[in-house]
Amino acid sequence: MSAALRTEDLKKVYRSAPPMAVQRGFVFGAPGGKGRNEKKSVEVTALAGLSLEVRPGEIFGLLGPNGAGKSTTVGILTTRIRPTSGRALVGDYDVWRQPVAAKRLFGVVPQRPNLDFALTAREILTFHGAYFGLPAREAQVRAGELLERFQLAERGDQMVRGFSGGMMQRLSIARALMHDPAALFLDEPTVGLDPQTRLVVWDLIREYNRRGKTILLTTHNMEEADALCGRIAIIDHGKMIACDSPAALKASVPGGWLIRLRFSRSTPELAGRLREIEGVREVRPRDDGAVDLYADRGGGLIPAVVAAASAAGAEFHDVHLSEPSLENLFLLHTGKGLRE
Amino acid sequence: MNWKTFLSLLGRDAHVARRNILPVLIQNLIQPMMFVFVFGRIMTGSGLLPEAYKNMLLPGIMAITMVISGAQGVAMPLIAEFQFTKEIEDRLLSPIHISWIAVEKIVAGMLQAITAGLVVIPAGWLLIGKGLDLSGTRPLALVVMLLLVALFSSAAGLVLGCLIGQTQIGMMFTLVLGPMIFFGCAYYPWSTLARFPVLQKAVLANPLVYASEGFRAALVPAIPHMGLTAVLIALVVFNVVLVWLGIWSFDRKAIS
Repeated sequence: MSAALRTEDLKKVYRSAPPMAVQRGFVFGAPGGKGRNEKKSVEVTALAGLSLEVRPGEIFGLLGPNGAGKSTTVGILTTRIRPTSGRALVGDYDVWRQPVAAKRLFGVVPQRPNLDFALTAREILTFHGAYFGLPAREAQVRAGELLERFQLAERGDQMVRGFSGGMMQRLSIARALMHDPAALFLDEPTVGLDPQTRLVVWDLIREYNRRGKTILLTTHNMEEADALCGRIAIIDHGKMIACDSPAALKASVPGGWLIRLRFSRSTPELAGRLREIEGVREVRPRDDGAVDLYADRGGGLIPAVVAAASAAGAEFHDVHLSEPSLENLFLLHTGKGLRE
Repeated sequence: MNWKTFLSLLGRDAHVARRNILPVLIQNLIQPMMFVFVFGRIMTGSGLLPEAYKNMLLPGIMAITMVISGAQGVAMPLIAEFQFTKEIEDRLLSPIHISWIAVEKIVAGMLQAITAGLVVIPAGWLLIGKGLDLSGTRPLALVVMLLLVALFSSAAGLVLGCLIGQTQIGMMFTLVLGPMIFFGCAYYPWSTLARFPVLQKAVLANPLVYASEGFRAALVPAIPHMGLTAVLIALVVFNVVLVWLGIWSFDRKAIS
């Protein structure tokens, strides 16, 4: 069984207490003299109307920088965060109206392991199974199998407090699989894992998906999104920027290659000269003085770029080449990198 | 309502409590038992206090022990589980309405409080020695009191656990539990406050007063105590308010 996931114009605004500076009125000389006691609550918009459609049985990636709204989206879909407006559905269930029915359909692997420290690894699995109504015998058998498969069998009867990060993460995934959910949410599943464990986790995700299960994963790692996902939604500031297969998304970047140039001295005619170079598809001057060239070639264009720069009277300072990637796409749409 | 999930959640708490039973009992019982020994044995044995004080003291100690163990048993793990490790998350994601998880916490706390309360009787017997006379015990009243006080302590624990952060735990003991215990008529019957009329009225806001007086009415009815009806009404009112407040604050804390 697999389940579709859907959000419709999902919004989430957090209201937090005003920061101390505002409360105490550190702003001097404000015209009109606003009262000292006037409290302004700070609103943080995590999601600004996000509509997503994840098809049953696909691996869908939410890609975006920190604070883009990825975890909030997962939080709402998994009943843990109350949406300010809009709807979220898991299978046929509105997660806010029918949370119990929705909760039966999914498993969650959180960003930071939230294992029950009062239990052993095996008990974490068997109790999780019991919460979902698995008979005790069956839960024992399944827990044993999962511990074996996730290479945790030797430590199965130990308390998890002393587990390494990688072990905790593997156990978190095992726990999410205990009740064989139709959909699996993985929030940054490989952050902080060594490359070897990361590959193990990727395999586990693919394997689960091969059984027809829907998987939604969030990541700010393009390589991961590229390697795993059938489709990706790129989000930033709580809005969707693009949504398609990794290949189609990469192909949507003009030319594919991104050449980021820096000049110690720039002139007005520089952009025009760069645009004339053969192979350059788009020229985007940036606020910080750098210029982004989208082109269908990489290093081969550098001599032409240097020539154009000197012809325009600009002083060439630095160059950075990136081959066709989702990062380029992100830069194209937002003007900033995923890690900025 | 999903009974399988509810009972499994309860099973998890019982399992953890069983694993920690010795430290938990020691933590909850040492102080009241020392009090029982000093006041019930040494002070009465040396003639500083009359023999009858033994019988007056035990019900009060029972009330204190139950309130401490129930409130702590719910509040302390809850505060820890809601911290950044978010240990409670897996249970919040189990297929049951969030409010039922709060109810489960209350039931688990009640079981803990009743266990602690029942341990006090034999333990007190051992420590106080001769002269303890509980022959007048009214069994039905005792059962009702055990349930009401257990519910009170555990609902109070839920409220505290949801409203208090880890950094304020020390403050909670100093500001809430301390005054509650000393002005809870556990060490003296409420009627003895007649000479301090203002205080006698003021302590009526303290639910421990009704717990102590109610246990006196149930275990040693010969000693002067508040009317059982008044005690029951007061405890029911406190319980309704605390259960409602506890579930409400749990829901608020669980969903952001």
